[in-house]
Amino acid sequence: MSADKGMEVSIAASVAAKLARVEAVAAYPITPQTHIVEHLAEIVANGELDAAYINVESEHSAMSACVGASATGARTFTSTSAQGMELMHEILFIASGMRLPIVMASVNRALSSPLSIWGDHSDVMAARDTGWIMLFTENGQEVVDSIIMAFKIAEDRRVLLPAMVNLDGFSLSHVIEPIQFPSQEDVDRFLPPYAPLYTLHPDKPVTMGAYAMPELYTEAKYSQEIAIRNSKAVIKEVMEQFSKDFGRKYNIVETYNIEKADTVFMALGSINENIKTAIDLLKDNGKELGLVAPRLFRPFPADELVEVLKTKKKLAVFERVMPGGAMNGPLYNEIASMVVQNGLDLQLENYIFGLGGRDVEPEELIDVFEQISTSAKITHADNKNYGVIGVRS
Amino acid sequence: MRMKSLERYTDTPDFEYATSGHRACQGCAEILALRLGLKVFGKDSIIAMATGCMEIISTPLPTTSWRLPWIHVAFENAAAVASGIEAGIKIQMEKGKIAKKDISVIAIAGDGGTSDIGLQALSGAMERGHDFTYICVDNEAYMNTGIQRSSSTPFGAMTTTSPPGKKSFGQKTQKKNMPKIAVAHNIPYVATACPSYPFDFLAKIKKAKEAKGPAYIHVLSVCPTGWRIPSDQAIHYGRLAVRTGVFPLYEVENGHYRITYSPEPLRPVTEYIKGQGRFRHLTDDLIAQIQDQVNHDWQELKNYSEMK
Repeated sequence: MSADKGMEVSIAASVAAKLARVEAVAAYPITPQTHIVEHLAEIVANGELDAAYINVESEHSAMSACVGASATGARTFTSTSAQGMELMHEILFIASGMRLPIVMASVNRALSSPLSIWGDHSDVMAARDTGWIMLFTENGQEVVDSIIMAFKIAEDRRVLLPAMVNLDGFSLSHVIEPIQFPSQEDVDRFLPPYAPLYTLHPDKPVTMGAYAMPELYTEAKYSQEIAIRNSKAVIKEVMEQFSKDFGRKYNIVETYNIEKADTVFMALGSINENIKTAIDLLKDNGKELGLVAPRLFRPFPADELVEVLKTKKKLAVFERVMPGGAMNGPLYNEIASMVVQNGLDLQLENYIFGLGGRDVEPEELIDVFEQISTSAKITHADNKNYGVIGVRS
Repeated sequence: MRMKSLERYTDTPDFEYATSGHRACQGCAEILALRLGLKVFGKDSIIAMATGCMEIISTPLPTTSWRLPWIHVAFENAAAVASGIEAGIKIQMEKGKIAKKDISVIAIAGDGGTSDIGLQALSGAMERGHDFTYICVDNEAYMNTGIQRSSSTPFGAMTTTSPPGKKSFGQKTQKKNMPKIAVAHNIPYVATACPSYPFDFLAKIKKAKEAKGPAYIHVLSVCPTGWRIPSDQAIHYGRLAVRTGVFPLYEVENGHYRITYSPEPLRPVTEYIKGQGRFRHLTDDLIAQIQDQVNHDWQELKNYSEMK
């Protein structure tokens, strides 16, 4: 194990792809993903990584070329953000439907319009039902480790699904953090070369991407659904193996200070570091707030969330995306469904925050905590469902 | 005699890579073109096919008409998928993960998948110089979805979205010149072909296969269903398209044009137009306009082919 190295998280993500020995990269530049693909191009140009680097002319072609490369059996990686993810949206479904273990670093950014290059989760939440495994990361170390784990998960014969590693644009992608890189030797042991089940090769011709009539489409999609549901067990296994091999512990649901807290916050991504700061500040004043942070969003880890939430009284779900006319944000809706189905006695609150790169300070989170602690059910000024933190009317 | 000629191009000319049992319309010249063309490519080939007639007639789960590795991803991205395949195969050969051999990567799409929705992906793949052959099987409209106009539909043709009416004579625009767009990418090989001239077509497939880098073949594929002609007339109308100069057969090797079959003196375009239901509504004036355009384009092509 090497010592900590100060490095921009995007650069670290490309080093992780190198450590995973990716064989094909197809990518198109978009802010804030650029540093990842630039540095990967450099790594390939320097001969540090033996990979095909396809400079495609759009994200649609990026994902399409990834599908082609992955179908030949090459370990395939790409990265995108925002509009880019929307442009490749069509092919995201096809990559998962064709069970190709592509790994993508998704550098989360707001969607236009209005145009914004800054971070939020509009992009990934619009892609949440594409059949991809979705991991969320809080810091640079998690980004590196998750990219390496994502390949092992995706390529497992029991899974064979594409996986997305989400990291917040700018607030995570562009910060410099101390990162420990595992040695190539250790990564090779953890992640052996991809051994595909079927490939496009003349020695054994197969047809991929056939169409299904009504009597088969449901069965095809259902078998894919079973695969993503069952992938959770493999994801746990891989995280355990990673913890064993590299000493850094990963769970599909992480918690912070939940033992004594009745009130719990939940969010995806780098905001969790701010929530932890708020928790520590509250603790100094003798108040207890807990954090439940899903590392895994797809498949949705409902059982694991129930396990940590079943004795709690209040849960505030924080999301970086506008519901778009839905009752609440997508994570909240998922949680509400989980609460109902499992008969939990949990008061739920939903907060929208951090859109288009808007910063949220720990103090604002503390305000939310105080509000929740002192009232039975929050009613927001113009909306009974969710509050929008810091919005000016 | 026929088989003997075919043997010049293939190892096993009687082996079918596009097998029977597919659901193409009677008299479809598109599946005929592919059936012949794939014999030249032979077994060491991988096909990336766009959504369209050839995809939908050949692969209802759990069956397939292809005896070659074949993949369909979407409508607009056959060239991008082929790029990934070519790059994926090459890197794995370099790394010794798969055995080295000469594998042809073939992207196949219709005129809509090529000249409209797939143009960007095709341009990107040609510009990047992938070693692959792109075959556009052009039946001059979106036939698979019910005969809607594409940018490859000829001037005056009736389609379901370019219907003639009181204020319309059908397709208002000239057919997009896809081969010229391919030539503008400075790729080693571009050709037009038509299965009505099978040996011209096969010779071009062979050149495309052997070209180092991108090759583009634009195949006029007569569609009896969409053109409103009897199903036994596909070959006949393909010949007429060539002999009238409506669809000249030529190739462009490293930028040098060569007419591979000279139909001079050109037959009048009326011979091609009459008898096709899609042109039934055309007035003499419009037919004269088409004739003028054909004369102009033929002269331009001759000028190109005389340039050294």
